[in-house]
Amino acid sequence: MSAAWTALLDGITRVSGVRGALLVSADDGLVVAEASMSDVDGAAAAALVSSLARKLGRITGAIGCAAPRLVMLEAERGGLAAAPAAEGLLLVAVTDADANIGLLRLALRDAVERLA
Amino acid sequence: MTDDIRALTQRLAAEPGSLVFLDLAEALRRRGQLDAAAAVVRGGLARYPQLAAAHDLLARIHTDRGEGDAAFDAWTEALRHDPRHVAALRGLAFLSFRAGDLARAERHLVAAVELNPEDAGGRAALARVREHLAISQSGDLAIGRPEASVVQSRDREIAGSPDRASEPETVLVDSHGLRLSGAVTGLNGGDVSDAVAAEVAAVSREATRAARLLELGPWKNLAIECAGTQLHLIVPTAETVLLARSEGDAPGARLAIAADRAAQAARRWLERGE
Repeated sequence: MSAAWTALLDGITRVSGVRGALLVSADDGLVVAEASMSDVDGAAAAALVSSLARKLGRITGAIGCAAPRLVMLEAERGGLAAAPAAEGLLLVAVTDADANIGLLRLALRDAVERLA
Repeated sequence: MTDDIRALTQRLAAEPGSLVFLDLAEALRRRGQLDAAAAVVRGGLARYPQLAAAHDLLARIHTDRGEGDAAFDAWTEALRHDPRHVAALRGLAFLSFRAGDLARAERHLVAAVELNPEDAGGRAALARVREHLAISQSGDLAIGRPEASVVQSRDREIAGSPDRASEPETVLVDSHGLRLSGAVTGLNGGDVSDAVAAEVAAVSREATRAARLLELGPWKNLAIECAGTQLHLIVPTAETVLLARSEGDAPGARLAIAADRAAQAARRWLERGE
């Protein structure tokens, strides 16, 4: 994993309540890089989120609007956030239920811009 | 392999003549391993070709794969062995609705509701199909027609005031992707509600799978930001999903509140079973 990607993902995992962050290949759901995913199955998270993002793309396609630029799933015990980045990559964060969502949005946006 | 699938596989190996293949195939389907699920259920059907539950499960696997014709055959086979199989009736109703055969969809749903009158989702689906039938038979979708007014009145209850351009659009969808209420307009101005409904159900299944496998607990809502459009999915009941959509780039908190309000209205409407 390149140092640049490590720094990028570390910027996301520093947000309060973020359990881990991933850089995923959006097409096939494979992990490109990951950080602080000790208690999360990174490969499973990557595959699941990329599949979810593809299906969400069908909704936006049916409506005719632009592809999603940020997706946030809230569940009872945590959540997922995903943001498409350049070159077919997807930035993914796995969070606790009490994560600082506002800061996470900013961190993801910043990371997407740095990957552009 | 997860623990439950491993345990079910071991049980099936120890008792190949048991019905545990149904549980294993369902677990594989829920995990998204559709090829493996189909193989398991076909293996069970070789032993129990008259088991309606197995044909129903095979139909749902075909539906997950987007194989409507094969799902139709499997649900038809389920009904041949058990004419009172409610899930098969609802499945065939869904496929008929998708194909535009509203009369057949109504017949299947009437039979399903008669067999299970407590099924609020089935009653709501039947009401929706009858509204479509009434409108199609009137040959006039113009606002002010009595049939259209009924639909609009119910949709207004869920969506809130439709007269304000700033209000979000909402659509309520059942687990099969059948639209129960509401409408969504495409950017080209056309009604894309039914196409969106089918995709919303697929997203809901995927969100459920992701949340379960990552041990996040049941998912509550899903916010999607696009350039110029905000979308928000919320789960009013175990068998329905509601999509709210608004225009603009503002943060989605306002849309989330509107979606929550619409979900409460949807719950009330489903409980009344209109």
